[in-house]
Amino acid sequence: MTVTEVVERLGLRVLTSKGIGDIEVTGGYTCDLLSDVMANGRMGNLWITMQTHQNVLAVARIKDLAGIVFVNGRRPDEETIRKANEEHVTVLGTDESAFSISGQLYQLLEKP
Amino acid sequence: MLRNYKADLHVHTCLSPCAEMKMSPAAIVKRAKARGVHVLGICDHNSAENAPAALEAARRYGVHVLPGMEVTSSEEVHLLALFDALEPAGELQEIVYRHLPGENDEEVFGMQVVVNADDEVLGFNRKLLIGATTLRLEEIAEIIRSKGGLAVAAHIDRESFSLIGQLGFIPDDLILDALEISPDLSYGEAARRYNPTLPLIHSSDAHKTEEVGRCCTTFFLEKVSIEEIKKALREQEGRRIVR
Repeated sequence: MTVTEVVERLGLRVLTSKGIGDIEVTGGYTCDLLSDVMANGRMGNLWITMQTHQNVLAVARIKDLAGIVFVNGRRPDEETIRKANEEHVTVLGTDESAFSISGQLYQLLEKP
Repeated sequence: MLRNYKADLHVHTCLSPCAEMKMSPAAIVKRAKARGVHVLGICDHNSAENAPAALEAARRYGVHVLPGMEVTSSEEVHLLALFDALEPAGELQEIVYRHLPGENDEEVFGMQVVVNADDEVLGFNRKLLIGATTLRLEEIAEIIRSKGGLAVAAHIDRESFSLIGQLGFIPDDLILDALEISPDLSYGEAARRYNPTLPLIHSSDAHKTEEVGRCCTTFFLEKVSIEEIKKALREQEGRRIVR
């Protein structure tokens, strides 16, 4: 399933303006510790977090993640969004909790 | 004349809910004196309310206290702020208090005792000092710097509440004076692990009296001041860290 499909099915907001790459989503990873995501995130994962610090962009790039989903209505600052556009990192948002959106993504990916 | 000063720049008092009740400023200063520690950084979580007592106790025992605090950023990163005097520490505290939601639950987190230099209880802080402020890490570092303070990322090797743990690596636009590593991590190992561009310091992060001064950084300085320590961290004018 591609990022575009996940966005549609889960009703995620697209915070970046550069359009989302039709990357295949390989799974999800839910964590707010960037060190752990660097260690355990896998290529193509959608990263679910409430950590909005700008460092998330570098982590997403290093790990080749499919995108970042900020939960609980959290939104990174404009500078981070600007850099995300520049660096082609897909940044998404939802008002739902990490638990809820992780569960929904799991259902979507594991039981198509 | 330049000489060695043994400094433990990260010590909690009984104001921190997680610290021992015996950690009164007087007890800490006494312990530091006995251990040959010349400089103490008093860094309670998000508060400097026991710093006045520490300064008073330090005068009596001939130890040098730098008032400060361990601020928790919105990213849940612990940042040490140290100053020459109470006033800037108090100003930082005011900003921190305005951005620190919640109320302490003594049953869960512990008591937050404000005392004087004679171990007399002056009151209890009711704020949720163990919590996180809504201030961004870069914002806090900037406030510390603007007030002439020393900004140090605390225990970067810890998994929780550390710069590396929370944010994976040191952000480009974050200006700090030093990185603190835990007592059980050697400088050599830390240098290998992090390849740091900032100087490393060791301190105790003492929460119990026996931990005060268990791990220190020795600075070669003319006198004890934030400016001198900054020079030592940058290896300027003969000032340096003695490894």
